[in-house]
Amino acid sequence: MTAVRANRTSGRPAGRRSRRAGPAAAGWTVLAWLVGLLFFLPVLWMVLTGFKREVDAASNPPTWVFTPVLDGYRQVFDRDITPYLLNSLMASVLSTLLVLLLATPAAYALSIRPVAKWRDVLFFFISTKMLPAVAALLPVYLLVKEFGLLDNIWTMIVLYTAMNLPLAVWMMRSFLLEVPPALIEAAAVDGASVPVTIRRILLPIVAPGLAATALICFIFSWNEFFLAVNLTATRAGTSPIFLVGFITSEGLFLARLCAAATLVSLPVVLAGWIAQKQLVRGLSMGAVK
Amino acid sequence: MTQTLATGAGPTPRVRVAARVGGRAADRWTRRAPLLPALIFAIVVTQIPFLVTLYLSTLDWNALRPGERGFVGLGNYAEVLTDTRLRAALTNTVVLTAGAVVASVLLGLGVAILLDRRFPGRGVVRTLLITPFLVMPMAAALLWKHAIYNPAYGLINGVLGGSTDWVSQYPMLSVVATLVWQWTPFMMLIILAGLQSQSTEILEAARVDGAGAWQVFTRITLPHLRPYLELGALLGSIYLVQTFDAVFTITQGGPGTATTNLPYEIYLTTFRKFEYGEAAAAGVVVVIGTIVVATFALRVISSLFRMEGAR
Repeated sequence: MTAVRANRTSGRPAGRRSRRAGPAAAGWTVLAWLVGLLFFLPVLWMVLTGFKREVDAASNPPTWVFTPVLDGYRQVFDRDITPYLLNSLMASVLSTLLVLLLATPAAYALSIRPVAKWRDVLFFFISTKMLPAVAALLPVYLLVKEFGLLDNIWTMIVLYTAMNLPLAVWMMRSFLLEVPPALIEAAAVDGASVPVTIRRILLPIVAPGLAATALICFIFSWNEFFLAVNLTATRAGTSPIFLVGFITSEGLFLARLCAAATLVSLPVVLAGWIAQKQLVRGLSMGAVK
Repeated sequence: MTQTLATGAGPTPRVRVAARVGGRAADRWTRRAPLLPALIFAIVVTQIPFLVTLYLSTLDWNALRPGERGFVGLGNYAEVLTDTRLRAALTNTVVLTAGAVVASVLLGLGVAILLDRRFPGRGVVRTLLITPFLVMPMAAALLWKHAIYNPAYGLINGVLGGSTDWVSQYPMLSVVATLVWQWTPFMMLIILAGLQSQSTEILEAARVDGAGAWQVFTRITLPHLRPYLELGALLGSIYLVQTFDAVFTITQGGPGTATTNLPYEIYLTTFRKFEYGEAAAAGVVVVIGTIVVATFALRVISSLFRMEGAR
């Protein structure tokens, strides 16, 4: 994926295109804003509807002006969304930590001090990502059931770790490759042991990479639905499982639904907004920088 | 193929790698040690279930008839390959994946071009645009099903008028549109990174030589973007071929089997019909199909990369 590196160093001079200011430029600006707002509209609608009374939420024509109420959120908490949120938090945070603990040394053994068949190993990892989860569902279900681990949050932690491991190995490797080899050699010449080199030189440099990898793993575990819906129920159910009840809801439930949807989406939306720069690199498994 | 795809950062590390590979046995094991936990974990958690799938696929096993479990060899495969439901699911998977990938790449390209210039509020527009991708897919599917597509109080009919029941009348389009809404930001981010990596000098030179905006776009920008477009399409396909949330939520595979894709069909076979043997065989077929498509895709892409590198 060498060719796909964004070459930021050759960056453009500021305002390369804004020199051609005029009606055409203003038109493009307006269009960009309109497209952005159009894509955001469903999200805005979701947030707004979450603060409506149920009668206003299901009105036609749509209600745009209303007095915000917290009824939707109150109902969602009354129906006990909290354990689902905590389960999601636990599964996402612990699996992300586990992934980093496993992937960082592995990435080291595939970049800085590579094993002989590092290419094959890298491709083995990526191939496990390409296998559809649906093909593993039945055996995983039967094995988990056999061990009495259905509806257990630790099962989900292990599965999410396996799900994100290839991604994290590829990403961490791409960050480790950016450490200048001269730096490591200089440390060795100065007599620094390998653990010292790792702690004092490698870790500070790849810290942003660790953060980016953690973010991506967190997003994918938090949003995962397929395994959760088939392997958990009431005890270990994660936040998307709380939403399942809404699929065939009848009557007035739109405000409640939107309140719940906003609530469960909030952690990832905020994390993604804050870490926009790292998002591209993470999503492309380190290929686009 | 491996060489071009696997190397993350140009020629320097490759030289470094080549110089260090090999050595004494003890050295080989100190190199391997950090890799082993991750490798063993990945093998245990992903390969053992697959071996179990292979074994199960040779059994005639319906969980509703517990006594009668027997070896049928390739019988399940014959059943799976001649099953009309499964063939419909295969077609639906292709339509759904290809439709969503192509539409989101094209839209993502358009949006990325709009964002590849400085204008007031560019950062805000970018933030607005990536939000759909960050919304939980399950929440997004519910939002579109109930708050947007609903014939009585959905946003589309509320704004445009009419009483079209979007999900019943256009089931596949409803699912694909939701996925396109979520995946366009993903494509936009990758393509925007490509646009911003263009060399300013070449673009300026082309303009000085009298090339029009369209010529610059088709002759310089598009060829430059090709690997980015391919990467976006490949990653998008890997995720979208496994679409489950949107189908499960918006249409439940219906009406009839109109939107039943392979993941949903296998889910039904496993947890609604309890035909374990058949579900396992279908899983194996899907894996083989994925391997074929992925190998092909990787080969196409790595040859593209090599082309780029040779330039």
